[in-house]
Amino acid sequence: MSDVIKIKKGLDIRLEGKAETVFGTVNLPELFAIKPEDFPGLVPKLAVKPGDKVKVGSALFYDKYRTDIKFVSPVSGEVTLVNRGERRRILEVVVKSDNQNEAEEFGAVDPKQVSKEEAIEKMKAAGMWPFLRQRPYNIIANAHDEPKGIFISAFDSAPLAPDYAFIVSGQEKEFQAGGHVLNKLTQGGVHIGVNQQMASKVFLSTQNVTTHTFSGPHPAGNVGIQIHHVSPINKGEVYWTIQPQEVISLGKLFLNGVYDASRVIALTGSELKNRNYVRTKIGACIVPYVANNVTEGHLRYISGNVLTGVNIGKDGYLGTYHSQLTVIPEGDKSNFMGWAAPGLDKFSVSRSFFSWLCGKKQYVLDANLNGGRRAIIVSGEYDKVLPMDIMPEQLIKGIITLDIDKMEQLGIYEVVEEDLALCEFVCTSKLEIQSILRKGLDVMIKEMS
Amino acid sequence: MKALRQYLDNIKPNFEKGGKFEKLHSTFDAFETLLFVSRKTSKSGVHIHDAIDSKRTMAVVVMALIPALLFGIWNTGYQHFLALGQPDADFWQMVGYGALKVLPIVVVAYVVGLGIEFMFAQFRGHEVAEGFLVSGMLIPLVMPADVPLWMVGVATAFSVVIAKEVFGGTGMNIWNPALIARAFLFFAYPSKMSGDLIWVSGMTKGEGIVDGYSGATALGNAAIGKTELLANGNAFDLWHSFLGVIPGSIGETSTLAILIGALVLLVTGIGSWKIMVSVFAGGYLMALGFNAIGANDLMSVDALHHLCLGGFAFGAVFMATDPVSGSRTERGKFIYGFLIGVLAMLIRVFNPAYPEGVMLAILLMNTFAPLIDHSVVQQHIKRRLKRVKVNA
Repeated sequence: MSDVIKIKKGLDIRLEGKAETVFGTVNLPELFAIKPEDFPGLVPKLAVKPGDKVKVGSALFYDKYRTDIKFVSPVSGEVTLVNRGERRRILEVVVKSDNQNEAEEFGAVDPKQVSKEEAIEKMKAAGMWPFLRQRPYNIIANAHDEPKGIFISAFDSAPLAPDYAFIVSGQEKEFQAGGHVLNKLTQGGVHIGVNQQMASKVFLSTQNVTTHTFSGPHPAGNVGIQIHHVSPINKGEVYWTIQPQEVISLGKLFLNGVYDASRVIALTGSELKNRNYVRTKIGACIVPYVANNVTEGHLRYISGNVLTGVNIGKDGYLGTYHSQLTVIPEGDKSNFMGWAAPGLDKFSVSRSFFSWLCGKKQYVLDANLNGGRRAIIVSGEYDKVLPMDIMPEQLIKGIITLDIDKMEQLGIYEVVEEDLALCEFVCTSKLEIQSILRKGLDVMIKEMS
Repeated sequence: MKALRQYLDNIKPNFEKGGKFEKLHSTFDAFETLLFVSRKTSKSGVHIHDAIDSKRTMAVVVMALIPALLFGIWNTGYQHFLALGQPDADFWQMVGYGALKVLPIVVVAYVVGLGIEFMFAQFRGHEVAEGFLVSGMLIPLVMPADVPLWMVGVATAFSVVIAKEVFGGTGMNIWNPALIARAFLFFAYPSKMSGDLIWVSGMTKGEGIVDGYSGATALGNAAIGKTELLANGNAFDLWHSFLGVIPGSIGETSTLAILIGALVLLVTGIGSWKIMVSVFAGGYLMALGFNAIGANDLMSVDALHHLCLGGFAFGAVFMATDPVSGSRTERGKFIYGFLIGVLAMLIRVFNPAYPEGVMLAILLMNTFAPLIDHSVVQQHIKRRLKRVKVNA
């Protein structure tokens, strides 16, 4: 095995509510939805209208500017609803499952024999292309690019993150098939970043890929951090990324010829009673998983993890890229003199609360901001949680002032929201760093095209 | 607490848009958030936040200043009775006298400063920022005990308006507001802010001075050649200077009390150790260098002793570490701190009019901090560009 890359900076937020590594038995929901908002920068064009019958793998909508990029239905059934938001923006396309699992047939092909063009065409036809996302920008990859490589992070280090080793076990064949397909797409090879402590055999035994071993706190599992330490992205270079469960889906497409939207997700968070793993599908409605399974009070339901996930409400739908559901208290109550209390139950990186004396206990954190927004005051906070050769505060200031040269020089191509999420967590001034960064990325996309 | 919360909720509509007291919205908000950490939850991005906020940060700094304040209160009384020739006066007598002198200054600084802050927040429709909680404590601690209260008021107003609000408020200022207040008084009313008589309470009014007692600070004495006072066993020797039983500004004399504050800042991680260490290192090395030359009396003061005199320690721990006016890059902090130490000694030794250089050194380096940061960032960019060339 190659040398271990030690990530030193970062932060493991000790949250209560990890999922037990067992499978729960919950029936699949009736409703599923695909949300265009999961894909930054996408302008969706509907392919169906309410009432249409769809099969697994039928297109629901497609990219207005790259019409061959389709977003497909995870189940067979009927389109029931197209939810729209402000200015008629499409929020979600809802499909009611008929439990028949009738699938569009895309034809099986040997993953080792397939050509690059054929692989791309098949992925696009089956709605799998959106799984490939590119760095910089974290948007859906462009098939005309020649990527430096394809990178898969085989572990998630975010708070309460699912254990991919558990999720993928027993699916070696499919993962390997997906790996072969990915290998056709790039000259740069397929790279997998594994965790030193708990690398699954599935990943280590995969052939035709390069393995990189990482250790250290979050964000060591972020693919952007891993790329930075293996072969950083410079101007004009592109890496493609894909997640382990998506590789398995890809493998199934080539082995069986059908689109398989199966996902294993971890049910996590301090407010869930039964915390375990469940087999479900992309875009599943979360109602069956939280019904009679949450504590009292005002709660926040997050698709994804607490740092980068999306607040979907108690009857929302899982995001396309997410393998985790987190439920935490909303925390919209005021806290008497909270800033002055000793704060034994408060989690802070600074030692200004006495909880740092309490050892490694786990915390229940809510969605309260714990303070008001201010100008940037404290310095050096962000540096401590970003294990990259990047100056985060200066980069953020460059974005706020829309200084394109500075953004480029300070490394905006190397980061996406999830990489700076911890900076947002520790920020004393409560800046919305991820949304600032997204604005910066959007500006760069416009500027560079 | 519930009753209070309910009362606040009841009167809140009056302060919101369209309410009777809409104009006092920021004021209400400031008091409300002071009593109750707000119920605002995250809208975008991360769903959980670190427990720390700007109020907590500032409160910790104020706490770190308390030892220096308490010692300053006692020392003000002690120096007063020493000057009267009654060094055996009761402890509580000294504290009482000191409190009567010091606390009004604290009150004036807070009332004037916070009043202006609230007004500006109101005009801008912002929340009231907490930065002044610290400045309001720093200002009294860098004043001599006998400073007239109206001067404290004027200086505070000047520093809040000119040094802070014109730049956009807390977080935007270029110079440390507390030091601007002091510098303002120093240049506007030099007779009240320098010389031998002002450092011991009561002396300006000519209250009974015992023979041989000048009231001058250790540095003042050394500057005019009376270095024998700094020798071991005398009034200004290393031990006395470290403890702080010497004349000087209210909070600056006791290196010990300041180090306790430094400990609080370092343990909580709120003060930058990089800046503190490098200020002391810069000052110490420069003083050692001067020791080797020894061209005037101040040059030959022992290097360690130098660090305990005047406002050096206070400046290093509480002023230089201000994150807003100081250097913001990690590497820059070492350069910034080191140069403050060097310049403080340089000014101290070579300025004939005023043997205290820390204030000017920090203000000067505040001015240059953006330049230091700029060069650190440029180096960083250059290194990143090199990476591309190596790859190409």
